[in-house]
Amino acid sequence: MNQERFEQGVAALHALHDPVRRSLYRYVSAQPHEVSREEAARAVGVQRGLAAFHLDKLVDAGLLEVSAVRRVGKRSGPGAGRPARLYRRTAVQYEVSVPPRTYAMVAELLAEAVEEAGADLTLQAAARRLGVRFGAQARAGTAGRVDEGTVTPAVVPSGVVDVLVRQGYEPYQDGTAVRLGNCPFRDVATGFPAVVCGMNLALLEGLVDGAGAVGISAVMDPRPGRCCVALVAAEPGQVRSQSLSQ
Amino acid sequence: MAVDGDRRARYHLAEVNVALLREPLDAPATADFVAALEPINQLADHSPGFVWRLQTPEGDATSIRAFDDDRILVNLSLWESLETLWAFTYASRHLDLLRRRREWFHRLADAHLALWWVPAGHVPTVAEAVTRLELLRRRGPSPDAFTLREPFPAPDAPAVASSRVTAPTGAA
Repeated sequence: MNQERFEQGVAALHALHDPVRRSLYRYVSAQPHEVSREEAARAVGVQRGLAAFHLDKLVDAGLLEVSAVRRVGKRSGPGAGRPARLYRRTAVQYEVSVPPRTYAMVAELLAEAVEEAGADLTLQAAARRLGVRFGAQARAGTAGRVDEGTVTPAVVPSGVVDVLVRQGYEPYQDGTAVRLGNCPFRDVATGFPAVVCGMNLALLEGLVDGAGAVGISAVMDPRPGRCCVALVAAEPGQVRSQSLSQ
Repeated sequence: MAVDGDRRARYHLAEVNVALLREPLDAPATADFVAALEPINQLADHSPGFVWRLQTPEGDATSIRAFDDDRILVNLSLWESLETLWAFTYASRHLDLLRRRREWFHRLADAHLALWWVPAGHVPTVAEAVTRLELLRRRGPSPDAFTLREPFPAPDAPAVASSRVTAPTGAA
């Protein structure tokens, strides 16, 4: 394990130790837009000054970054023309595992092997089975509540959202659809998109099926920087799952 | 197509890919693939960086045969850059087709996709494309025939250190 990266990871995690700071980090990370101090403070329920203190600590730690945008509208008086600090998550990845565990390299090798062997459908079937198990947990409520209120239960059952949050997809509502702001497998997905994104769709199809979530479908909808799958309202008469390979 | 003084337009990226059908095009098992051809070709035509694709008057390349085995389909296209080709191939609705490839196509043991740079304005022939694919199969990736995973820059591009079109995985 690379000692320098381990130290950097520990420092980043240490910066998240404070619960308020952690809430602010998670809030900023979950938004598809850049976040001001006011918005973050309101969302987390703290004073603006305290939010600013913590947000800047997160910037120091390399977890968030600032884009300064000139205020529009206020032409004179205090605050006129001063740039507003907007925060967003940085793209840097931090990992700490003790004892050392390296799944990224294994994932790359396995994905390459699946690619070479043409075993996509085998992988998709396995992923679908796993998704169904997650879905059953979601339906039974045994997965445990972690939903941060970013998706209303009328769109997608809260148990399903909990699974999505737990697995790192960062779901958010977009009209009647649920979009996934983060690709949890980004590095290996970039290396083997057909294999990994096909696996991912199958997993999420299984989740929807296993949770008995009528009225939504997992569909492939790639967008830059986001997960390739979205959960959308199913067409009337359409089977729940988009899978056509029975 | 070439514009004097516009560095970006001096070379285009040519792409050929071949695929071995499991069933004939008119078989029920291949129906979803055939149905998707027109929408995906439309998507390609309107994608950023798209320059040209091989097609017959029917609108696609499925009737073109580059090899003796008439189950082998060939696709040939031109793009402005590696990034725009990558974006169409893996970050568009085309991905939805790609993840189902094993339903319709056998896995080929040899390389099935080759890329190479051509002067802007040059339209590659199928024979030329086959030569490039065979070059890749014989020699592995080189500036004359390469892949998205192991690309080479355009002849007039400044040298770049990264060997991936998109973000590389962690270092050793």
